[in-house]
Amino acid sequence: MHDSTIAQLAEALRARRISAVELTRHFLDRIARHDPALNAFITVTEDEALRAAEAADRRLASGDASALTGIPIAHKDIFCTEGVKTSCGSRMLDNFVSPYDATAVERLKAAGMVMLGKTNMDEFAMGSSNETSWYGPVKNPWDTTRVPGGSSGGSAAAVAARLAPAATGTDTGGSIRQPAALSGVTGIKPTYGRVSRYGMVAFASSLDQAGVFAATAEDAALVLEAMAGFDPRDSTSLDEPVPPYAAEIETPWERLKIGVPKNFFDEGLDPAYAEAVRAALAEIEKLGADLVTLDLEYLHLSVPTYYVVAPAEASSNLARFDGVRYGYRSPGAEQLDLVTFYKRNRAEGFGAEVKRRILIGTYVLSAGYYDAYYLKAQRVRKLISEDFARAFREVDLLAGPTTPTPAFGLGQKTNDPIQMYLNDIYTIGANLAGLPAMSIPCGFVDNLPVGLQLIGPPLAESRLLKTAHYFQKATDWHRRVPPGYE
Amino acid sequence: MDWEIVIGLEIHTQLATRSKIFSGASTEYGAPPNTQASLVDLGYPGVLPVLNREAVVMAIKFGLATGCTIARRSIFARKNYFYPDLPKGYQISQYELPIVYGGKLDIVLDDGTVKTIGITRAHLEEDAGKSLHEDFHGLTGIDLNRAGTPLIEIVSEPDMRSPAEAGAYMRKIHTLVRYLGISDGNMQEGSFRCDANVSVRRRGEKAFGTRTEIKNLNSFRFVEKAIEVEAERQIDVLESGGRIVQETRLYDPDRNETRPMRTKEEANDYRYFPDPDLLPLVVDDALIEEIRATLPELPDAKRERFMREYDLPAYDASILTGQRPLADYFEAVVKATKARPKAAANWVLGELMGALNKSGLEIGESKVGADQLAALLDRIEDGTISGKIAKEVFEALWNEGGTVAEVIESRGLVQITDRAAIEALVDTVVDAFPEQVQQYKSGKTQVLGFLVGQVMKASRGKANPQQVNEVLRARLDSSD
Amino acid sequence: MSLAEQDIDKLCELARLEIDADEIGDVAKKLSDIVDMVSQLSAVPTDGVEPMAHPLDRPQRLRDDVVTETNLRELYQRNAPAVERGLYLVPKVIE
Repeated sequence: MHDSTIAQLAEALRARRISAVELTRHFLDRIARHDPALNAFITVTEDEALRAAEAADRRLASGDASALTGIPIAHKDIFCTEGVKTSCGSRMLDNFVSPYDATAVERLKAAGMVMLGKTNMDEFAMGSSNETSWYGPVKNPWDTTRVPGGSSGGSAAAVAARLAPAATGTDTGGSIRQPAALSGVTGIKPTYGRVSRYGMVAFASSLDQAGVFAATAEDAALVLEAMAGFDPRDSTSLDEPVPPYAAEIETPWERLKIGVPKNFFDEGLDPAYAEAVRAALAEIEKLGADLVTLDLEYLHLSVPTYYVVAPAEASSNLARFDGVRYGYRSPGAEQLDLVTFYKRNRAEGFGAEVKRRILIGTYVLSAGYYDAYYLKAQRVRKLISEDFARAFREVDLLAGPTTPTPAFGLGQKTNDPIQMYLNDIYTIGANLAGLPAMSIPCGFVDNLPVGLQLIGPPLAESRLLKTAHYFQKATDWHRRVPPGYE
Repeated sequence: MDWEIVIGLEIHTQLATRSKIFSGASTEYGAPPNTQASLVDLGYPGVLPVLNREAVVMAIKFGLATGCTIARRSIFARKNYFYPDLPKGYQISQYELPIVYGGKLDIVLDDGTVKTIGITRAHLEEDAGKSLHEDFHGLTGIDLNRAGTPLIEIVSEPDMRSPAEAGAYMRKIHTLVRYLGISDGNMQEGSFRCDANVSVRRRGEKAFGTRTEIKNLNSFRFVEKAIEVEAERQIDVLESGGRIVQETRLYDPDRNETRPMRTKEEANDYRYFPDPDLLPLVVDDALIEEIRATLPELPDAKRERFMREYDLPAYDASILTGQRPLADYFEAVVKATKARPKAAANWVLGELMGALNKSGLEIGESKVGADQLAALLDRIEDGTISGKIAKEVFEALWNEGGTVAEVIESRGLVQITDRAAIEALVDTVVDAFPEQVQQYKSGKTQVLGFLVGQVMKASRGKANPQQVNEVLRARLDSSD
Repeated sequence: MSLAEQDIDKLCELARLEIDADEIGDVAKKLSDIVDMVSQLSAVPTDGVEPMAHPLDRPQRLRDDVVTETNLRELYQRNAPAVERGLYLVPKVIE
């Protein structure tokens, strides 16, 4: 069952060849068997899942089912889930049970999807390797000595190991696409504002966007269609109709003009990785596309820009974690003076990378540095955004590598933040400009997956998904399953 | 040494919206702790602010009423600091681009001169919660019901030069926000509070002195007193060769002194930046004109109209227009009575205000309605009762209710105008006071007043005093 | 541009964080590296470029002034470390 697509599973459910309970049981069993080696889940919600599956079966029986009713899904632990621990990968929220559902969760629940559990992640989504989690690192199913990518590493690994047919993720600087590439699955980060941020623990509000991991673009289209849409509770939610992605990707191929940024293939890119990506581009060309080489002049500034903007917003967003209304409180802290009370709760509740980013963010916003760093970064952000806008006047999509290298070893970059940050050099631009982008499996280097990144203009999710879908009809990289998880 | 005080005020006015500025929680005052604190107000993980239209409308009303420019585009910013009553660790406010700016307001000083005070800006922001200090085993309890209540912070130019000017300005703003219906202005409940920036300089000097900020003044009197003692303190410091430290101070009304605040300000770097959860607030001309059309007549215009239309002295007109409901009450009386507006003003400012003050009621809670006061004035006008009896009727209406006609009827207070009845009363008095009658006849005519009083007394005040005067005089002059 | 240990102390004060004495040197070093990395922005000519605070170039939406929330204090306070008579407890606040 776990090697079927969501569309196939949905068909089997509707035909009553399997029940939602059987399907859920199957994935719960796989989690029980494989997750101890992977650590992809922080919480497995077995009882809730089985109850939801029973409800889905009743809905299927009554003929009142959606395309996703009874399909299991895992949620990144950054999404608030009513009555279920929502830790955000942090000791700070280890004891936090959300009293409400995030809009994305609520919508998938309404569609009848069955939540299997909450997936591991870098603490507060700050990381590119899933090693900053309070719950320990997630292992890459292709090689458990390596990282799955981050920050949505648990979701990527769970889908790669076929522990869930789909999983939600969030992407602030590449946190869906980078782990999708490193774990060999399909991941899409839609246009900023396409999926509501309500109920997603905020990291950097002007960059955060929720999206989906699945084995195929077709599956991702189905889930995204149910998740996306206007939400009055999010002032930055896009009030635009959601196209029927799953139907639109099946429309006949139309010739595309695809821009290949030169600087996506600079010296930082692993040569074997580059070769796999170029082969994939050639494959897309064969589908019917014109490849145009172009230049994104300011792309090399996306990492420094991001490491001003994201920490600045994060330093403020994470101020609410103070041990007063919820979250971690250091034992006996109320006996301290007020300032030490705050410091102690936060020092013990947050890990090293989170503290680092809060301090950087505090620094770039502080008196005397605001103009030089924060305001400067906003101006460069504008230049980067205009770069993309200019490109999309010429081309329909941009394509290139998702990451500079395949999955690296656990612990390899933990002591060098800058090296870790450079992992996101190709993905951050889309966040700064608010553009939709995705990563799809396109080959292997030393038995490790390689990701092809596609970036589109605002609201071009259908075009991205359709390109990925046609590519996947012509290739089988996305069907490869890590050894031991077949 | 001759010193000049320089004062600027920051007035925080809670807006009278039903729900909070960024959440759907109620703003009603006095609910049990934390029962009106929603997920947004509590700063729960993942929740987001959505702006209340009415708060925007109210801020624009204020801007229009004070001649401010209405920003077509304004920005919400985060003011970052840690405090237990601030759940998110930042306050959503407006910093570089406030919704309204660059206005002015005229105040009338005691000597009747008018002074214009500049309004720098008024920006929208959210209120914080409250810390309760009593009786939690040495801990502080936090109530977040107030968190997220919409405020406008009205920042004046440093244009005031005395505590009295500051008091007059604050009262004027208070009157205005209540006129506009954008705030209940309730100072006990904290709906209207003020921070005062105070500095002193030698008269004639151009540069401002170093200022201090006195926080959280919640009455007109405290504002005036706090500024007065703070200015005195600063002058003492400077005259004894010291210098003023720029700091935040609190006013202690019991000891009538200011003292530095002990916390909150030790590292004053708020790291303002645009709130990425909120987009630019865009206001178009159509909305501004729509709001302008709803503005009521403002206090200054109403005062001038009262002077012109009702021929009232400036003093009466100022007080009557000081509160919109009072002005409305007065106009309702004027419309319904045949008496002169000045007579109506005297009654409203005299008996009515006296009764309201005595029972601690607002004009809206008056126990004598405008219709009854008008009826009362009409009865004086048509001679049914005397002014003195009218006071008795008013008191009865206030204490026991009913209508003017009922009170006059049931208490038999109709004025005696029957000539024969008055003559009978006069006869009695003339018989009872032969000595005084004799005095009158011998030319001491000033004794007439005493005799009139005795007739009035005999009539229990009901006799028409003019007629008594006539009859008595006729009787005394004619008899031998 | 490098950050000294006292800079870290000041930032910790503003951000209400503590760094252990034996880690502060390493933290200062890593933060300095990051500041160096982002400092390359200073070389970019940006005269006349509008700062971009947000990817969405749209106005703020307004909601109607309607009370939609009910009292869920009991539910919301289940996550609270210390509550008494409906109030969240914190160390003594001195003004």
